[in-house]
Amino acid sequence: MNSESPIKKTFTQESLKKQFRLSEFLAEKFISMIAFLSIAIIFLIFIFVFKESLPLFSFGSDAKAKTEAQATSANKPESYGTEPEGDLKPESYGTENAEDLKPESYGTETTKDLKPETYGSEPADDLKPEVYGDAPKEDLSVPAEDESVGAVSENQEGSDKTWNTFFTSEWVPVSENPRFGLLGLLIGTLKVTIIAMLIAGPLAVLAALFTSCFASKRVKEIIKPIIEMLAAFPSVVIGFFALMVLASFFQDVFGYDSRLNAFVGGVAMALAAIPIIYTISEDALAAVPKTYTEASLALGASKWQTAFFVVLPAATPGIFAALLLGVGRVFGETMIALMATGNAALVSANPFESVRTFAATIGAEMSETVFGDTHYSVLFFIGSLLFIFSFALNAVAEFYVKGKLLKKFQGK
Amino acid sequence: MDKVLNESEGHFFSSRKSTSDIKGKIFVGLTQLAVILIISILFIILAVIVYQGRSKFSWEFISSFPTNGMTEGGIFPALIGTFILVIVMSIAAVPFGTITALYLTEYASENSKFAAAVRFSVRTLAVVPSIIFGLFGLGFFIQFLGAGADTAFNGGELRWGQPNILWASLTMALLTLPVIIVSVEEALKTIPRELREASLALGATKWQTIKKVVLPGSVSGIMTGTILAVSRGAGEVAPILFTGAAYYLATLPGSLSDQFMNLGYHVYIMSTQSSDVEKTMPIQFATTLVLLILTLSLNVVAVIIRSRIRRKAK
Repeated sequence: MNSESPIKKTFTQESLKKQFRLSEFLAEKFISMIAFLSIAIIFLIFIFVFKESLPLFSFGSDAKAKTEAQATSANKPESYGTEPEGDLKPESYGTENAEDLKPESYGTETTKDLKPETYGSEPADDLKPEVYGDAPKEDLSVPAEDESVGAVSENQEGSDKTWNTFFTSEWVPVSENPRFGLLGLLIGTLKVTIIAMLIAGPLAVLAALFTSCFASKRVKEIIKPIIEMLAAFPSVVIGFFALMVLASFFQDVFGYDSRLNAFVGGVAMALAAIPIIYTISEDALAAVPKTYTEASLALGASKWQTAFFVVLPAATPGIFAALLLGVGRVFGETMIALMATGNAALVSANPFESVRTFAATIGAEMSETVFGDTHYSVLFFIGSLLFIFSFALNAVAEFYVKGKLLKKFQGK
Repeated sequence: MDKVLNESEGHFFSSRKSTSDIKGKIFVGLTQLAVILIISILFIILAVIVYQGRSKFSWEFISSFPTNGMTEGGIFPALIGTFILVIVMSIAAVPFGTITALYLTEYASENSKFAAAVRFSVRTLAVVPSIIFGLFGLGFFIQFLGAGADTAFNGGELRWGQPNILWASLTMALLTLPVIIVSVEEALKTIPRELREASLALGATKWQTIKKVVLPGSVSGIMTGTILAVSRGAGEVAPILFTGAAYYLATLPGSLSDQFMNLGYHVYIMSTQSSDVEKTMPIQFATTLVLLILTLSLNVVAVIIRSRIRRKAK
């Protein structure tokens, strides 16, 4: 803009400037594009995790999405040997119009052994299991494939059936008649989460309160990095410690039967959640305006009264957010759950029983599934649930805190 | 001051004073107890692992291959695999993280919706469970990109469409991206406004200012971010469970399309799936010790650099 200034070489400067502007423009666009990538990644994660679970949703509505998913998945390494086409499809039947289905799902086979009338029905009116039972078998016998296909195709039941098993408590993904009861997993996950949060929540918040309200500056400078160092412990190390040391120790103390259980897992996960809760609530406590503290002290309250009745309530939104993020961490923690919870999907309220969490299920079984299998889709479905859950937790934490805290501290 | 207040209070409400005093002591004691408990747990973990792992921990352990069905020998390939993983990961994550941080501090305007969305997604990335990244790596990198590349260029021959170092590293890069972005952003914010303004006033363009003034000033911040990311990436296991880590390999990985061994994964399988968990206990503890030394020392370095940056900013 100031190129108008009376300098002699205006001409050359002007031309130079134009060049620079172009590169400036490109640089800015490039940088924003890269920044956009992090938004794109979030979407991609959701899309691609969810996409793999799409076969589960193939009853009725979106045939397009399904074909797309299957088109991209047609060339999968894990897909058994010679012809991926034939066995990738079977999950999709039983759900749509027979006209749609046949060309797609049964590609190579003859359509005559499918009874259109059994398949054509809507998902709403329940298909009888018997009809289902033999349908996959017919399907099975037709393609000449190796025996791994046989094992896989037996699992290929209609989506309706898979969905029906979701609300049972049996998790038997690999069997003649696979059942994907998410209830046991859900209870296991909740149990571990509750135990972990009951331990980590109070400990971390109290420690944060001490650090921000009672500790002298020097003590604070020592404590804070040490507790935050706990965040640097890889979860596999904490899991290993729980598996080798904590489990035996607690068994000696409490004398229960199963060595690895929800309690051991919960304690170990508390260790993973403590640094997160601690750091965020410490930030929240430190963000409480000094005027609050001073006013309280001036009114004659003692230090601890100020801390508990003024500073703590003022920082509640931040602490709430910290606890939410702690829940998110525990809920999705994989390695600790894999190593320390015993991995048995039992439905019981006893904290000293083995449990199996969602994340651990994915971690333990994903490498054993066959691509395109119902089991595979179910695991990805669990993954999308976890993703949605952690996304929602983060959104709530973020907006709740922003809304509440800003209002509070900026005088409404 | 505390005392004075309490005393004057006691003058008028002497009955109240004692209960409130006791309560106060209990509350403060509780907070102290919490701190002590957390710190002691931390040191117990450290002590147990060091104590149990020290017998096996030696140069030979670090530099030799596992032998005898992984019941003896060292962890050399796991260590190398971890190194390759974090190097490839850093190559991918550091530029992206730095540029995103640059955007957030230098280009984004205060009320930009886009910047807010970027910030939100970065924070979301930071809380997404690591196992989800593993699923994403499997669904996107391996099944979509890898298998797609195989059909397009290799004529369907399986090369990239299977778990390997590249995909594992990229998956890990996504996981560690927020770590880098946050550190670099923090460092960029400590560069005084005056420096930027001086540069602009001298006639430099925005990009020149960034290149010549802002970036050189934030090198230590980028380094902190990288170190923290490496420390995180070295320790995470969940994302590589099904994107490239291998149980046992007799040779070191020769190319990016090979699988690799990994320290954390090694600990996991040795302690849960080994044929003889009791016998390999010292190896497991020593491996954990190596992993812990690696991640903690990196972290300490990062914390030191970071506190220096902060002090400079003040």
